[in-house]
Order: sequence, then structure tokens, then C-alpha cells
Amino acid sequence: MSTDSSYYVPASSKLPLAMAFGLLLFVLGSGYTINNLGNEDSNAHWLLFTSFAIIWGTMFFWFGSVIKENDSGMYSDQLNQSFVWGMAWFIFSEVMFFFAFFLALGYVRLFAVPWLGGEGEKGITNILWPAFEATWPLLETPDNELFPGADHSMAMPAFNKLHTWLPFWNTLCLVTSSGTIALAESALKKGNRTFFKLWMVATLTLGYVFVFLQGFEYYEAYTHLGLTLGSGIYGTTFFLMTGFHGFHVCLGAIILTIVTIRGFGGAFSDHDHFGLAAGSWYWHFVDVVWILLVLVVYVF
Amino acid sequence: MSAVIESNHDDHHHGPAKGFSRWLYTTNHKDIGSMYLWFSLIMLFIGGAMAMVIRAELFEPGSQIVSPEFYNQMVTNHGLIMVFGVIMPAFVGFANWMIPMQIGAPDMALPRLNNLSFWILPAAFGILLSTFFMEGGAPNFGWTFYAPLSTEYAPPTVTFFIFSVHIMGASSIMGSINIITTILNMRAPGMTLMKMPLFVWSWFITAYLLIAVMPVLAGAVTMMLMDIHFGTSFFKAAGGGDPVLFQHIFWFFGHPEVYIMILPAFGIVSHIIETFSRKPIFGYSSMVYAIASIALLSFVVWAHHMFTVGMPIAGELFFMYSTMLIAIPTGVKVFNWLSTMFKGSLTFETPMLFSIAFVALFTIGGLSGIMLAIAPADFQYHDTYFVVAHFHYVLVPGALFSLLAGAYYWLPKWTGHMYDETLGKTHFWMSFISVNLTFFPMHFVGLAGMPRRIPDYSMQFADWNMMVSVGAFLFGLSQLLFLFIVIKCVLNGKKATAEVWEGAKGFEWTVDSPPPYHTFSSPPSMETLKA
Amino acid sequence: MKINLKSILTIILGIFAPLSFSAWSDINMEPGATQLSQEIFGLHMFVFYVCLVIGVIVLAAMAFILFQYRRKEGVKPAEFDDSKTLELTWTILFALILIGLSIPATKVMIKAYDDTEGEINILITGHQWKWQYEYIEDEVGFFSNLSTSLDKRNNLAPKDENYLLEVDEPLIIPVNTRIRFLITANDVIHSWWVPDFAIKQDAIPGFVNTGWTYVSEPGVFRGQCTELCGQYHGYMPIVVKAVSPEEYASFIIGKKEAKIQQALLTEKLWEKSELVTIGEDIYQKNCVACHQVSGAGLPPIFPALVGSDIVLNGKERQIEILMEGVQGAAMASYAEQLTEVEIAAVITYTRQAWGNDEAGDGRIVLPKEILDYKNNKL
Ligand code: HEA
Ligand code: HEA
Ligand code: HEC
Ligand code: CUA
Ligand SMILES: [Cu+2]
Repeated sequence: MSTDSSYYVPASSKLPLAMAFGLLLFVLGSGYTINNLGNEDSNAHWLLFTSFAIIWGTMFFWFGSVIKENDSGMYSDQLNQSFVWGMAWFIFSEVMFFFAFFLALGYVRLFAVPWLGGEGEKGITNILWPAFEATWPLLETPDNELFPGADHSMAMPAFNKLHTWLPFWNTLCLVTSSGTIALAESALKKGNRTFFKLWMVATLTLGYVFVFLQGFEYYEAYTHLGLTLGSGIYGTTFFLMTGFHGFHVCLGAIILTIVTIRGFGGAFSDHDHFGLAAGSWYWHFVDVVWILLVLVVYVF
Repeated sequence: MSAVIESNHDDHHHGPAKGFSRWLYTTNHKDIGSMYLWFSLIMLFIGGAMAMVIRAELFEPGSQIVSPEFYNQMVTNHGLIMVFGVIMPAFVGFANWMIPMQIGAPDMALPRLNNLSFWILPAAFGILLSTFFMEGGAPNFGWTFYAPLSTEYAPPTVTFFIFSVHIMGASSIMGSINIITTILNMRAPGMTLMKMPLFVWSWFITAYLLIAVMPVLAGAVTMMLMDIHFGTSFFKAAGGGDPVLFQHIFWFFGHPEVYIMILPAFGIVSHIIETFSRKPIFGYSSMVYAIASIALLSFVVWAHHMFTVGMPIAGELFFMYSTMLIAIPTGVKVFNWLSTMFKGSLTFETPMLFSIAFVALFTIGGLSGIMLAIAPADFQYHDTYFVVAHFHYVLVPGALFSLLAGAYYWLPKWTGHMYDETLGKTHFWMSFISVNLTFFPMHFVGLAGMPRRIPDYSMQFADWNMMVSVGAFLFGLSQLLFLFIVIKCVLNGKKATAEVWEGAKGFEWTVDSPPPYHTFSSPPSMETLKA
Repeated sequence: MKINLKSILTIILGIFAPLSFSAWSDINMEPGATQLSQEIFGLHMFVFYVCLVIGVIVLAAMAFILFQYRRKEGVKPAEFDDSKTLELTWTILFALILIGLSIPATKVMIKAYDDTEGEINILITGHQWKWQYEYIEDEVGFFSNLSTSLDKRNNLAPKDENYLLEVDEPLIIPVNTRIRFLITANDVIHSWWVPDFAIKQDAIPGFVNTGWTYVSEPGVFRGQCTELCGQYHGYMPIVVKAVSPEEYASFIIGKKEAKIQQALLTEKLWEKSELVTIGEDIYQKNCVACHQVSGAGLPPIFPALVGSDIVLNGKERQIEILMEGVQGAAMASYAEQLTEVEIAAVITYTRQAWGNDEAGDGRIVLPKEILDYKNNKL
């Protein structure tokens, strides 16, 4: 609730318009690029790259001016509270984005695949796919010619081989990094900048290792396991869910990299470090999503 | 990027920048609100023109003016534009104008983000409309874009459609975050949650609906994109997916979406009825709880749009019961409005006329909704004009009328000028008569068996369709009158007082008409409000 | 205008005046031809009357309030703003009404979902834009296309009663028999709706939905596709003819004989002109929707067949396209829909018509070649 009278209202700004323009180009660029996939003569991807340049550039200046305004003391506690709410509800909306994919996976596993395989209330569907049997992970698809199923799944192997099972290491990385970033924050709050930087570097390292391992897993999937986007609903959900998660890890890693660089440059104080806090909430969110993912995508 | 601290000096208000750049770069909630409102008015005429094409084609049986393919593009874009380009932005425009003024805040919590939310919309709709001129034509798969018609069988422009929906969603999410933050963080001292004006309450809850479901829509279109271009099989049985999965995800978004289009209307209408009854709103707290329950229920009723897809019977029954439950909180609202008017001292200025029509005609639309909710009966209603009649009753004399009511109610505040009351009343009566002429007979042809989304129909539906078309043309003309009234009001209406309406309550009526560029640089005190 | 009860009434009456000129069946659902459809009709009327009563009460109360409490000199508005008992009362009242509605609804629902096997099982497949019917036990089937002429649709000929609701070959079912429909689709989602049976089931590609009916009187029942399925969604009607069991039996026998006949025809040595005549007919029925009567298509989506390389010189490829369809395009496989003779004929026709015979190699295709193609694939 409003308590003091100095809520900062920025003067007019060109940034939002620049951002909207960037997004306009982004829509056009990605539309034309994707519609021309495989067409050597198309130049559409340059439009897309331009839009990225504009979007990232605008973000750079935007966050820059927010930091400058904050540093020059224009922000009241109340305004900082606005940022807190803003970030919190943004993360909530991200949760709902993942929810759509969890919903899809749940529906497919509980209903669609069993029905196609002749089980459950609508098992009569099986007359269209007489050779198909419902299993999960789904390695034989209803139309195996159109969507050749994978040779191997990514599911949990026998327990004694845990150490060769990549998701195990990935989970380890991500969960640990959630801890290290919490340590970094508390070090900063105690005014211990050395440890703050140290823990940030540790967090980042773990984050990058995760991204690397995830990339390696995809490489394995495509080269050795025959598991691709085209291998039916199992490959579809596997790649899309881990992929969007990975994409968010990358975003988080970028945010944290910037935070770390600014930290090395002397930014943040024990009581004023919203950039770090927001980054760390984001990181925890990514971590929680991962744990759910491991359960439904890899284990069960 | 110059940063100016303005609100530290209470006496100094810097006004708007000069010229065109004022609108382009603004961070002022009133400027942004006005842009949202003008944008949606323009889109109303574009979407409305498409409806006129639809009605001209359906004027008589037989092929009339457009090809079946173009007809589908018209229906699809009419639906998309009306929903995402008219009703939603118009309510956001009201939110921008009124929420800071009603809670006594200097501006929205995140003003730059606010401007970005707006400018995304012209970009998104510009692209959507430009698909008409691209190879393959505009989207033609209905505003509900069911797979696989919208994936494997879609025109290539679907890719642009998908990305437009993405950024539209981003705009809505940012707008909602802004609204929630403003309401949570910027209320004047003493304004507790349960003292907030009902319009603020209705938007507070609507904003939660938006951030909960817009990302789900983004997920749905993302899956479409992957299915079309990257070989996945979310919606393809051959790979183990299911086309019906699309519908579940879409309606998980879609049903809350229709309440997003009506809850702010409830807020607006509550204020107007209260003002012109000269009596406090009846049952304030149950009004708030009713909105909240409608919002919560809206998450568990989605499959009532899918009674005919062959769900297991447990699903059919569950969704039938949960849908019917929504009648309870909605009924509470209707009865509370009536009780507010009961023993009041009613006058019938244009905003009140539109609000009364809202209550009456929304009830008709709601009751046909209850009929649709009866699953076995919906086997006969589904995808006929009965459904079209239902949703136009809740959307046109519902959402659209509430917007018109709100516009007449607050125009004097926004512009500082009164609108022409005689013209306003004429506009109301023309709209009221023609809206019923347009949408009531749709119930009849629907029950008699006319499917929706068809460019031509058999002879038995001819008479009523002609009447519907005539009504629609009249309704379209009436809206031209509205445009004229607004322009006349802005340019040379009579000067309006600060209070404008004698019975009106709320912070917005304690300031001048038009209000200063920055309304409350220091929070007003609750004492200034009339009891 | 001043509002008073009289003006409101006049307006309402004015709006509904045309009602008195229209038949009941033009403004309401009809009871239909089966027990289920009659029960659903009863449910519909019940819910409708309940809603009507609620609506009339709300509107009448409103009219009364508007009239009674309009501003009058010297009358002060009341000040109450709350009444918990009142609110609780109507909340409970609403709940009771809803319970009253849901009980009969649940009963009918359970009946509609009774899914035991039928004596006759018919597989219905939706295609863009026609219906395919297969009698599962008897292994015969056919396609059912809209038969309203283009002239009528383009207002060049007078329209008659069944405008847009007539097909070349209706679905035939026997009366007094439990019939179960298995409904699916081949391309996009369609929906099979016959109001008189109260069956509306979506036809979902790759999945099977079911519905059943039991008709006791012979008759003709018409319906339409009710799920947007592309540009000719408005042009895929359904006609079901219920006949006596004897008539039905002879219909099935006829179908079976025709199937044998067809096999013989495939072996016959055909003349070019014979093929062209049959082919033209097939073309008009199946291809004009996309490739147009003139063969010019609707580029860029529907290619022209006039001067098309494939049609001019690519006989093998053209056979393949007709037999397999084109993945990812609207061009479907016709291997199931048309007989060997018909496919051969339509290919021959496109290679002869519109001057294609001069411009290209003009080779004809014999039914035998189509059969060979099929056998090679096996
Ligand atoms: C503003 C938008 C809006 C609103 C508010 C509603 C409100 C409701 N809608 Fe509607 N609906 C749409 C917009 C809306 N709808 C749209 C756009 C579609 C079509 C989408 C498409 O397919 O393109 C649709 C379709 C639709 C269907 C699917 C039909 C079909 O496709 O087969 C159903 C089915 O249950 C339904 C039900 C309801 C119900 C029960 C309500 C309830 O909320 C209504 C509650 C109100 C009342 C009941 C009246 C007041 C109450 C009283 C006076 C109390 C006493 C009453 C009783 C006890 C019964 N709607
Ligand atoms: C908020 C939403 C909204 C609004 C306001 C409207 C407004 C109107 N709608 Fe809309 N409609 C939808 C939402 C809405 N609709 C949706 C979601 C669908 C489903 C789409 C789908 O199936 O996918 C639909 C479908 C739909 C159909 C069914 C098409 C079909 O199934 O084949 C029809 C048919 O009559 C129709 C008619 C109208 C008319 C006549 C108006 C009128 O109220 C319009 C008023 C007109 C104007 C405001 C125009 C202003 C004036 C001019 C442009 C000047 C020109 C004037 C003259 C020539 C006289 N609509
Ligand atoms: C639903 C619409 C539709 C119908 C009906 C249809 N076609 Fe096609 N046809 C297409 C489309 C789309 C293509 C283009 C496929 C591609 O992308 O190569 C095509 C391609 C063809 C081609 C190849 C032309 C070329 O130059 O590439 C031939 C030959 C053809 N169709 C013949 C027929 C015949 C014969 C019939 C009727 C028996 C028929 N089509 C019915 C949509 C249709
Ligand atoms: Cu088939 Cu609509
Ligand atoms: Cu709904």
C-alpha cells in the first residue's frame, strides 16, 4: 500500500517502441524463416537475426537505465516492491507455460496411447491400428513407417548403472547449483563479497555443465538411440519438455552471467540486490521444473 | 532515456510531450489507456466489417458475394479480432485509465512495460491482417483453430498466425502483471482490499486469469508449430498423439478467456447501476466472492465445448455439473444488481440504459448457456447457430454493451466534455433493437438445425437469416453513430464538471474533468470519498 | 424516447411478429425418429421451460423495478446495501434448480452412452468433403457425395426443398435393428450429425467414436457435417434412408454383386472414348472442388491440371499421386474411394481434356494398370 509520495514515474521513453518493433520483426523473421526452411535462396533468417539484435540491444539499454535510475536513488521501497511482484507473477506465468506441456504428457499417457492400443473406454480405436500396442516409453508408434519409433528410451536404467545415466548427473548439477546460489545470496547479505563471487562462479559452472550434458544427451539420442523429434509422441514430449526446460536454463544462465559480471564490477550491496534476487528466484524455478520433469519424463 | 524525478515536487506537474512522439514514447497511463481504446474501436470496425461480409453472404441461400474459402477466412478473423483485438484491449484501456484513478495511484506500477504491452498489439494485428495478402490467404480454420485443420491442412500463413498469438500473449501477460502489481502495491492509504471499487476487483481477478491461461495458449500454438514444421506428433494419432489433445489445451485457455471478456464488464456495470440508482451497491462482498468463484470455476469446465468429441462418460458428467455450478455466482450478481436498483431513485442516462440492457440480455445469453451445459441436449445444440446466438448474447449486448456503457459513463471524465445525450439515447435504442433483431432469430435457426461456419444453407433457414442480416446491417450503422458521438464529444462537447454524475462515488470524481496529466502525485485520503 | 412498459412491450411484440408466420419446425428442435432423440427432445424442452421461467421472472422483476423506482420528486432512495438472508435464500434456490436439472440430464446421458455392439456395425469415415460408409459384417461400402448441382449453388437454377441436403448415394439402414456407427475421419476432424437420431459425434482422424440408433419407422433423414473441415465444410450433407429389413437385404446383395462385377470390368479391354466418358463423370464428382471444372485449379494451393507436367507426360507419377495422395497437401489418395476402372478413367480423362492430349503424350490408362499397381505394392 502506498505510504510515501515519491513513486518514480519515468519520463517518456523510446525503449518500449523499439522493443515492440523488435518483436514485429521477430514475428515476420521467424515466420518467413520457418516457412522457407530448406530453401537455400531465402534471406529471411537475416530478418530474424536483426530482430534478435534489436531485442537484445533494447533489453541492454532498458536494464541499463533501470540500474542507473536505481543507483541514482530514484527508486523508493515501494517501487522495488513493484519489481518483486512483477518478477513473482512473471515466474508464475512461466509455470503455467510448462503446465501446458505437463498436461499434454499426462493426457497422452493416460488416455490417447492406451486408447490407440485398445485399452480403456475408447479402446475400439484399435481397429484402425490393429498392430499397435500401448507401452510407455512408446518405442513402436501406431504408424511406424511415418513415425519410426526410437531404438532406446531415456527412461531410468537398472539402478546399478546410475552413474552412466546422464539425468542423474544433470539433477545433481542443478540441485547443487540451487544451493550454491542461495549461498551466494547469503554471503552477499553478510557483506562477504569474495564468497559471493565464488559461489556465483560455482553456480554458473554447474549451470553450464548442465547445458553441456543436456546437449550431449541430445547428440546421443540423435546419433545412437534413434530418438528424434520425429519418433512419435515419446520423442515429441521428451524433446519438447526437456528442450523448453533447457531453453529456460540457458535464459537463467545468461541472467546469472550478467549478474556475476556486474558483481565482479562491484554492483549490488547487502540490502540492494534485486537483480541477483530475481535471477536466483528464476534459477530455483528452473530447478523445481527440472525435478518434476525427471519424475515424469525419465523415471515414471 | 532521460530520467526525471517528477513526483518529488508536489506542485510541479510536467504535462504531455508535444506532437506525435507523445503517443509513441509515452509512459502515462491515460495516454496508453486512450491508445488502447482507440485501437480497439478501430478493430471493432474492421472485425465488424468482416461480420457484415458474413451477413451479406448469408443474406440468402446460394452463393452470394464471396467464395467458401474466403468466407472461412472472414469467420476466423472476425472471431479472432473481436476477441483479441476488440474486447480484450478495450477492457485493458479501461483498466489503464481507471485503475490508477480509482485506487489513488500516480500511474501504473511499471509504466514503460505498460507502453510496450500496448505497442505489441498493432504489430501483432498488423501481421495478422497482412496474411490476407500473402500466399495461401489468411487463417481459415476458425478462431478455435482445431488441429489438424490448423496444422497439416493449414495455409502457410499459419506460421505468422502462431507467432502473432505468441506476442499477443506476451502483451496480455505483461499487461496483467502490471495491473496486479499496481493493485497490490499502489493503493491509497486506507484502501483495503475489501474497500476497492468493484471494477478494480474485477480486473484484479481477470488479470490472474490472464497470467494463468495466456501461457497455456502459447504452449498450444507452440505445439502446433512443432507439428507443422518439425515433425513432432502432438496432434497426430499415427505417432501416438491425439487431435483432441489440442482441444483440451485450447479450451483450458479458452473457457477462462470468455470470462476474461465478461468479468471487467461486471465491474463497469456495477458502478453505473450504483450511480444511477443513487443507492450503494447491494451485497458488495458477495459481488467480490461471486467474481472470484466464477474465476475459479472457469478452470474446471473447459470440456463443455467438447461434449461431442467422444469423452468417456465420467468426463461428460463432470464437466456438465461443474459448468452448471457457474449459474450460482452469476445469478447472485444478477440478483444483486436488481436489488441495487430496488427502491432506488433511477434515472436513465445513456450509460444506465446500456447497463440495464446488459443485465437483461446477458441473462438471456447466460440462460442459453445453461441449456448448452446440459450435455445430452448439447449433442443437438453443438456447432449450430444456437451456440452462435448464445455467445453473441453474452458478448455483444454483454461485453460490448458494457464497454459502450462505460465509455459514455467516463467519457466526460476522460475528455472534459459531455457527449450529446439525445444522440447517445438514439444510439442506445438503435443498438438495442437491432442487436435483438440480429441475434435472437439465431436461436431459432440453430434449434431448427443450421450448423455454424457454413457459407450457404438449405431453404428452410432462409427467412430468419434474412432478418438476421438486416438486423446486423442496422447494428453496424448504429455503431457508426457511436463513432460520430465520440468525435463530437471530444471536439466540441459541453464542458463537464468534476463530479459529472450526481450519484457517482470514487476517487475519479474528486478530480477535474479532464483530470491532470498525473492524477495523484500524492495519494488522496479515503476521507475525500463520499460515503 | 421515454421508457414505459407499453413501449417495451410494443418493441418485443414487433420483434417476434414474424414468429406467427413461421412453422414450429423452423424455430425449434424436432422430436426426431428414435426413442433416444425423443428423450433428448423432452430434456431440451424441460430445460428450456425452466430457463424461460427464470428469464421471465428476472425480466419482469426488472421491468417492475425500472417502472416503479424511476426518480420521482421528493422520494428519497433507500440506503440498505446488504441482506445476508436474502442472498442465502436465492443461492440455495439456484442450487436446487440446478439439481433438478441435472437429474434427468444424467439419466439421458447414461442412455445415450450405452455402447453395446449393434446387430449391424457401420464404419463411417469423414473425408474432405464426403462421407464413406462401410458395412463391416458384409464387407461392402461406398462414398456419399453432395449431389446439388453447381448451377443451383450459383443461383443459375431454382433451388428446391432439399437444396444442399441431397447426396448421390444415401446410407441405407434397416428398421427395427440396433445399428452401431463407428465414426472416424481420414484427414481433418468432421462431425456426423443426424438430428433425427440425436447423434452428433465428431469424426477424429486416427480415433474411433461410437453412436447407435434404432429406428422403427421407414423414412429419410437428413443431416450435415458439423465440424469446420475446410472450405467445403458446408457442402457435405448426410442422408440416411431407413428401409424394411427385406429391402435392406436386397440392397446388400446388390452391393456385393456390383463388387464382383467390378472385378470383371477391370480385366476388360477398354476403348479410349469409354474411359473418357466415365472419367469426365468421376472428375465432376470428385475433383472439381479443387482442380475446377476447367482444370485450371486454384493456384497456388490447388495446381492446374491443364498443362501440368505430370498430366502431360508423367503417367506413372500421376497414377502414383492418385493412388497414394500427396503427403501434407490436400490431395488425398483415391485408392479406396474409386474403383480401378474409375481411377483409370479419370486419369485418362485429365490426359485427354482441355487440349492436354495435343500438348502431352496423351497416353491412356487401363484399369488393368491400376490393378497391377495395387498388386505390385502388396
Ligand atoms: C463473455 C463470454 C461468455 C460467457 C459469460 C459465457 C457464459 C456461459 N457459457 Fe458460454 N460460450 C462463449 C462465451 C461465453 N459464455 C463462447 C464465445 C462460446 C463459443 C465458443 C466457440 O465454440 O466458438 C461459448 C460456448 C458455450 C458452450 C459450448 C457450446 C457448444 O459449443 O456446444 C457452453 C456449454 O456448456 C457454454 C455454457 C456457458 C454457461 C453455462 C455460461 C454461464 O457462465 C452463464 C451463467 C449465467 C446465467 C445462468 C444467467 C444468470 C443467472 C440467473 C438469473 C440465476 C438463475 C439461473 C439458474 C439457476 C439456471 N458456453
Ligand atoms: C466479442 C466478440 C464479437 C462481437 C462483438 C461480434 C459481433 C458480431 N458478430 Fe460475431 N463472432 C464472434 C465474436 C463476436 N462477434 C466469434 C468468437 C465468432 C466465432 C468465430 C468462429 O466460428 O470461429 C463469431 C461468429 C459470427 C457469426 C457466425 C459465422 C459462422 O459461424 O459462419 C456471425 C454470423 O452472423 C457473426 C455475426 C456478428 C455480427 C453481425 C456482429 C455485430 O455485432 C457486428 C457489429 C458491426 C460493427 C460494429 C461494424 C461497424 C460498422 C461498419 C464497419 C460500417 C459498415 C456498416 C454497414 C455496411 C451497415 N459472428
Ligand atoms: C481436396 C482437394 C483436391 C481434390 C478433391 C483433388 N485434388 Fe488433385 N491435387 C490437390 C492438391 C493440393 C495438389 C497438389 C499436391 C502437391 O503439393 O504437389 C493436387 C495435385 C494433383 C495432381 C498433380 C498435379 C501437378 O502438376 O502437380 C494431379 C494429377 C491431381 N491432383 C489429380 C486429381 C484428380 C484426378 C482428382 C479427382 C479424382 C483430384 N486431383 C482431386 C488437391 C485436390
Ligand atoms: Cu466435414 Cu465439416
Ligand atoms: Cu466455455
